[in-house]
Amino acid sequence: MMGHWIIAPVVLPAVTGAFTLLALRDAPMVARSISTAATALLLAIALWLLHGATVHGAEAYFLGNWPAPFGIVLVLDRLSALMVTLTAALALVVQLYAIGTGWDLRGRHFHALWQFQLMGVCGAFLTGDAFNLFVFFEVLLIASYGLMIHAGGRDRLKAGVQYVVFNLVGSTLFLFALATVYSVTGTLNMADLAVKLPLLPQGDMALMRVAGAMLLMVFAIKGALVPLHFWLPATYAEAPGPVSALFAVMTKVGAYAVIRVFTLIFPISLPATGALFADLLLPAAVITLAVGAVGVMGARSLQGMVAFAAVTSMGTLFAAVAQFTPEAISAALYYALHSTLAAAALFLIADLTVDRRGSGDLGSARAPIAQQGLIAALFMLGAIAIAGMPPLSGFLGKLMILSASRGETLVWAAILLSSFVMILGLARAGSTLFWKSHAEGARPAPHDAQPLAFVAVGALLAGLVLLTVAAGPITGWLADTAAALQDPAAYIAANRLEGME
Amino acid sequence: MELLVASSVGLMTAVGIYLILRMRSFPVIVGLTMISYACNVFIFASGRIVAGLPPILSKTATGYTDPMPQALVLTAIVISFGMTAVLVMMALGAFFEAGDDRIDLKADTARDSAE
Repeated sequence: MMGHWIIAPVVLPAVTGAFTLLALRDAPMVARSISTAATALLLAIALWLLHGATVHGAEAYFLGNWPAPFGIVLVLDRLSALMVTLTAALALVVQLYAIGTGWDLRGRHFHALWQFQLMGVCGAFLTGDAFNLFVFFEVLLIASYGLMIHAGGRDRLKAGVQYVVFNLVGSTLFLFALATVYSVTGTLNMADLAVKLPLLPQGDMALMRVAGAMLLMVFAIKGALVPLHFWLPATYAEAPGPVSALFAVMTKVGAYAVIRVFTLIFPISLPATGALFADLLLPAAVITLAVGAVGVMGARSLQGMVAFAAVTSMGTLFAAVAQFTPEAISAALYYALHSTLAAAALFLIADLTVDRRGSGDLGSARAPIAQQGLIAALFMLGAIAIAGMPPLSGFLGKLMILSASRGETLVWAAILLSSFVMILGLARAGSTLFWKSHAEGARPAPHDAQPLAFVAVGALLAGLVLLTVAAGPITGWLADTAAALQDPAAYIAANRLEGME
Repeated sequence: MELLVASSVGLMTAVGIYLILRMRSFPVIVGLTMISYACNVFIFASGRIVAGLPPILSKTATGYTDPMPQALVLTAIVISFGMTAVLVMMALGAFFEAGDDRIDLKADTARDSAE
């Protein structure tokens, strides 16, 4: 039993963030070490929770010992433990990159915001209460607003304002959805909702369908699903490199929320909604794939191209999620792990390139950059990963999704065609950036070697290799996770609702 | 009273959406504020509309109103207030940096940023 450890991924970053903000504002070097140590500790706790969730199954943490559904609960199960671990691992590596490149010193309070961001993301993964999901969304958003405009600049601020406005509208929609759910059911505890929904009178189900559709829209905004993806390309392209890399996990918060809510509260087996949400999700995912792939092909800047690659990967992910079979969910989770690491790695490589080249413009070749060979090799690996070519895990992930969606011709066509268009776009960008630069003939401008930054990128790519090599055990574990999502009795029982004993 | 609450929620939402679509900082911020007002009233109404009844235990009370939406709406007010403050600061920053208060990004802005 994990006991109080379940709340540690929320409390630890909160305390560290507040301490960094209040006590270490004039000691950036100390803030660096304390913040990195806290993130490393968070990863250790996350691994411990992952172990606990695997061995003991779902477990709830009752804040203030108030019983559910009256009190607030955090619920640890395999899926939430997995996502918290992914977040912590990614955050640690990207934080090392930010330190290695000096990004964290280009503005103020980078590490405090970083910790608050982690608090929000971990809280969103762990909470078992729909209203608290909203609160943690807001925590992660408000920290992300600060991180997004870190180091300032005209275009970054403008993109930041647009990002904030988009998300504020999304938050309001979320509140409308939650109020509708509450007015019908009188509860916002997710397990309690799962129990109460099938018992509702027929007349109330129309309102629940509306609430479910609004929730789906909110999560689609987070997950950058077309037509609600418009905030993503500008935001990810303008945000500082390490921040975009961390944001790779923020879109997964949307995917996680879709998986959680639409397997637990509105499962396909619920007669009143049935396949309604799956039918909304699947076409949107297919269009997302197309828009993302065309965006990769047409992007004018390197960061913009990577941002559209992230959109494509969300499309692939949602195309798998939309089928809501255990096989497809398990494939989607594997692809989520892969695409988070791959997109983050590619954002960091783009940042390394742009930093040395002086521009991410893909319109024309420029003089060679410092450490060109190494960066070009890393870009090649990152491109292979994100496009889903063998031998890296993207290929396995897409293969699993295709195998899980046998008979879905549209999904097959969209995934295969978008992969092809992405390969073209990435290959063209790579040749403009690295190959044609030799023709320019000039000597590369000198630049710091930044070994720590390369170690961080290497660690992300090593994570992809690990995901590929250990694909067998990982998919086995994910299949059990997907089975637990399909039959959430253990999750509901962990909440110890009254009358359910 | 139901008619009054429902029509005010609807009206404020409509005004808010109209203002957000103006795509300039000030109308957008006012519009978001209007929508969050509408949202707060809506959350209140989700606990059923009753007048003059206490939300917490009282010896003289003849009935109670649902206390839960009041707690929810308090959280929602605090969050939307904080978010609006952040947005105002960022919009001011963007206005001083860019010299205009447009929310939408023009195509050339996106390209310039790559330089």
